[in-house]
Amino acid sequence: MAILETNDLSIQFGGLKAVSHLDLKIEKGELYGLIGPNGAGKTTVFNMLTGVYQPTGGTIYLDGVCLNGKNPVEINKLGIARTFQNIRLFGKMSVLDNVRVGFGNSIKYSLLESFFHVGRYRKNEKVVTEKAIELLKVFDLDGEKDTLASNLPYGKQRKLEIARAMATNPKLLLLDEPAAGMNPNETAELMNTIRFVRDNFDMTILLIEHDMKLVGGICEKLTVLNFGTELAKGNTAEVLHDPRVITAYIGEDE
Amino acid sequence: MKKFTLSKPAKDRYITYGMLAVIALVVQLYITYGDASRSFKGLLVPTCVYILAAIALNLVVGISGELSLGQAGFMCIGAYVGSTFSVMTEELIASSALRFPLALLLGGMVAAVFGFLIGIPVLRLRGDYLAIVTLAFGEIIKSVFNNIYLSTDKNGLFFSIGVESKANHEFDAATQVDYIKGAMGISGTPRDSTFLICMVVIFIAMFVMLNFIDSKQGRAVMASRDNRIAAEAMGVNVTRAKMTAFVMSAFFAGVAGVLYSHNLNTLQASTFNYNLSIQILVFVVLGGMTKMRSVMIATIILYVLPEALRGFNLSNYRMLIYAIALIAMMLINNSAAIKRVREFLRAKFARNKNVGGEV
Repeated sequence: MAILETNDLSIQFGGLKAVSHLDLKIEKGELYGLIGPNGAGKTTVFNMLTGVYQPTGGTIYLDGVCLNGKNPVEINKLGIARTFQNIRLFGKMSVLDNVRVGFGNSIKYSLLESFFHVGRYRKNEKVVTEKAIELLKVFDLDGEKDTLASNLPYGKQRKLEIARAMATNPKLLLLDEPAAGMNPNETAELMNTIRFVRDNFDMTILLIEHDMKLVGGICEKLTVLNFGTELAKGNTAEVLHDPRVITAYIGEDE
Repeated sequence: MKKFTLSKPAKDRYITYGMLAVIALVVQLYITYGDASRSFKGLLVPTCVYILAAIALNLVVGISGELSLGQAGFMCIGAYVGSTFSVMTEELIASSALRFPLALLLGGMVAAVFGFLIGIPVLRLRGDYLAIVTLAFGEIIKSVFNNIYLSTDKNGLFFSIGVESKANHEFDAATQVDYIKGAMGISGTPRDSTFLICMVVIFIAMFVMLNFIDSKQGRAVMASRDNRIAAEAMGVNVTRAKMTAFVMSAFFAGVAGVLYSHNLNTLQASTFNYNLSIQILVFVVLGGMTKMRSVMIATIILYVLPEALRGFNLSNYRMLIYAIALIAMMLINNSAAIKRVREFLRAKFARNKNVGGEV
């Protein structure tokens, strides 16, 4: 069974149909790309999947559970984590704490135990800190665990966002333009990281990206959006050579 | 080699506790064995009250990123509840060692309940609504307590808001006792607040708050402050997080109010006005709004300075000097030069530590 399935997913803002009739089907362990020109509605799709916007039509199923009508917190608990196009880190918190926020729902202790640092607090905090540092090592950020997130260089901020999302233990990871603003070296490194995350954590990843080298390099399947509707979908190589896709990206050949 | 290491926030906490202990010890020795002046002794409890109110407000303003202008209102509730309790039970519970902690807890808890009630509607909203509502709340509380009458006689308890119903009520004059007398407030509160008790309370408050900040609930609060949308996407219940911080802040403000009222012969609601809320906010803002310790230090400097200046020939200029001190602290907090110095010192200390580690 597909891990994420949307049927006829649509959203309308007033008279504007931002996304209409989108059918996505992502299998477990896939690296799936969502591409399309600017304004095609890719981030809107992410916002519907994570409950920021409620779709005006269609259904979303994650692993058999309907996500329609759920808020972002509930959806995160059900297993979708995301990063943001414009980085949204917890800037005044340390790198370690950013990741530990992600682990928040997987550790249990009461407010009273936090007040006095007793009981389950000690054991759970130790476990969560170890897990967080392990995760930071994957992203090569463990050397900067006490740095404030806003003081990290840009490329590392992008990585930290992925690490933080991974900390919520998702079934599906949504990456919104992870390579935006990166130089070719950083992009190449990021591709390795994304592959590593997929292979080592058995993760399903859906990503939005404009960098065709990244998309072509790591995505197995693609859906192309144009003006909110599906233009093409299928295996990466086929889709990228589809004349309709090329037209949508670089215009009509006169 | 096995090494005992503390996490960075834990180390930071112990510095704060150490600082509190040193202040408590030095000042207590000075007032016991030194020749501390009357005015110096008179300043101690109020300073502690302001420290507690300021670090409590920092939970909302600094840690949770919301603006609250009603700290005086919560202090007022704590002060009235605590004082009434102490006056009514003074004969029942003779030992102040038992009565005073009960008064502190009760005052704090009633203030926390009010904090919760205000938080329910307001903390769901985004934006500056908390500032508007708490501002109004402070004013309302002050006016309400200015008009409360509470008395007992042999027929039982009498309570009214507004003087008319009291005037129309027939008391049994022989057994009538007035506890709360409207604008005249409460008098005869046992003076249980001592410097040492205040320091113990501050220590406990500091302990609880700093522990809270270094826990999953505290991290949820700061995450909601730094980026609400990302916090929700990471599964943080933003409303609950902000509510926790706000109610905690109200609780400790209430406790501060109880400490305050047990240092006065007569307590009047008009003390807890808008100026007081703003004054506490100034302590927090100029304390940098991040570290509890800096807020505490800022409070000591900014509260003690104008009072200390009263004693000198400069007393005519004391508010002028106070204003200059405010501006200076603001500039120092934000100046690039000071930031560079701080970074430099930090880097230097870090390097020294590493060298030490390798040996």
